[in-house]
Amino acid sequence: MSDVSMVVNGRNVSGSLEDRTLLVHFLRDTLGLTGTHVGCDTSQCGACVVHVDGKAVKSCTMLAAQASGAEVVTIEGLAEGGELHPVQAAFKEHHGLQCGFCTPGMIMAAVDMIARHPDGLDEATVRDELEGNICRCTGYHNIVKAILAASEAMAGKARQAA
Amino acid sequence: MYETTYHRASSVEDAVKLIGSAEDGKLLAGGQTLIPTMKSRLAAPTDLVDLRQIDALKGIEVSGRSVRIGAGTTHAEVAGHAGLAEVCPALTHLAAHIGDPHVRHMGTIGGSIANNDPAADYPAALLALGATVVTDKREIAAADFFTGLFETALAPDEVITAVAFEAPAKCGYAKFPNPASRYALTGVFVAKRDDGVRVAVTGAGDDGVFRADAIEQALSTSFEPSALEGVSVPADDLMTDIHASADYRANLIVVMAKRAVAAANG
Ligand SMILES: Cc1cc2nc3c(=O)[nH]c(=O)nc-3n(C[C@H](O)[C@H](O)[C@H](O)COP(=O)(O)OP(=O)(O)OC[C@H]3O[C@@H](n4cnc5c(N)ncnc54)[C@H](O)[C@@H]3O)c2cc1C
Ligand code: FES
Ligand code: FES
Repeated sequence: MSDVSMVVNGRNVSGSLEDRTLLVHFLRDTLGLTGTHVGCDTSQCGACVVHVDGKAVKSCTMLAAQASGAEVVTIEGLAEGGELHPVQAAFKEHHGLQCGFCTPGMIMAAVDMIARHPDGLDEATVRDELEGNICRCTGYHNIVKAILAASEAMAGKARQAA
Repeated sequence: MYETTYHRASSVEDAVKLIGSAEDGKLLAGGQTLIPTMKSRLAAPTDLVDLRQIDALKGIEVSGRSVRIGAGTTHAEVAGHAGLAEVCPALTHLAAHIGDPHVRHMGTIGGSIANNDPAADYPAALLALGATVVTDKREIAAADFFTGLFETALAPDEVITAVAFEAPAKCGYAKFPNPASRYALTGVFVAKRDDGVRVAVTGAGDDGVFRADAIEQALSTSFEPSALEGVSVPADDLMTDIHASADYRANLIVVMAKRAVAAANG
């Protein structure tokens, strides 16, 4: 057993876990944060993407023990108060989801992608960057639209703030 | 996943000590190969020794044309390194096309070469660049390091600390990704120096990464894609699997080599 502690969505959390516990299981089963999904067992689908120390990673491909000491953000940590994060709002506006299973991972991947491209995104880059996120419903079109719109909206906000 | 015991190493010496005292331990770097393998129960180490918090394994140094990349440097860090892109753009390009962004945030160059997957990208680069693999015990030339499918010259308790090479005058990498896994169905790295051309092929060989002599000879005469017109690679020692036949791969090697040369010439 390992004692792990980390900051998840701004809250200090800890637990005593089997060393083989995956980060995604700690988040879902111990913390009850079931927004992070598990869609495969081959590290390919991206439904489990969360941010660890500011970077998008697959929480099914990391032990909770590896993340001990880190700052983790999950889909539950994006909205502020009652207000959706701009990427969440854009997915809603542009119908970027159908069943919604892939959506938490898509949105966490999108937030990371937008942060890494402060000068903006184009369609080809978004499609390229979605390599690690699989959607069985939408055909990706509206996901791409939503990410492009969110990237614009967030750049606009940043300009206003400056 | 079977049970295992997790250890976090604070230094390379600490890691060597921990792995040496484990019954059947494995070093854990980015975990992007080892964790999936453990999840599918194809690996069941009694102990895991996590290298990710060891600062000495991280970072990229470029001085003149000498390059040294710490074993714990992630694919994303290699892909995004401006100094490296200046002297060896093919390597940053290669790293930028490994897997997906999330894999690149975790996966490391040391983990990739230690694993020596026959379809991994980095082994082709190291072989073509004539790189040196530096461990806690010794220095190993890339040509001696990759010894077969998932096999390397590493001892079980040996830790790769860095990869070092002299950047060539020109280099290029072209990969035909498997449309599902994005690993190389065939990938070719070309490096041109004053003393000759080296061409290494991944994803295609029956025994892992190898150098393509016929292509090297043709390119030594003229470092242009057109020099490869009519050149063929024997299919004898190439892989046949559900994705492609050996003949198909033999053809792909020449096609990818042309693209790699075109990329190298800019
Ligand atoms: C979805 C997906 C797609 C991928 N696509 C590609 C691709 O297109 N191309 C490609 O090349 N790879 C691909 N990979 C593999 C990826 O590059 C891995 O990051 C890499 O193979 C292993 O690096 P790691 O740091 O994650 O190592 P780990 O998984 O932690 O370890 C791998 C092996 O290396 C050993 N090891 C690790 N570090 C050291 C060290 N310093 N010294 C000695 N031994 C060490 C470990 O003991 C283990 O045996 C993909 C992986 C995934 C999950
Ligand atoms: S659950 Fe599919 S990649 Fe993590
Ligand atoms: S919305 Fe159903 S899998 Fe993407």
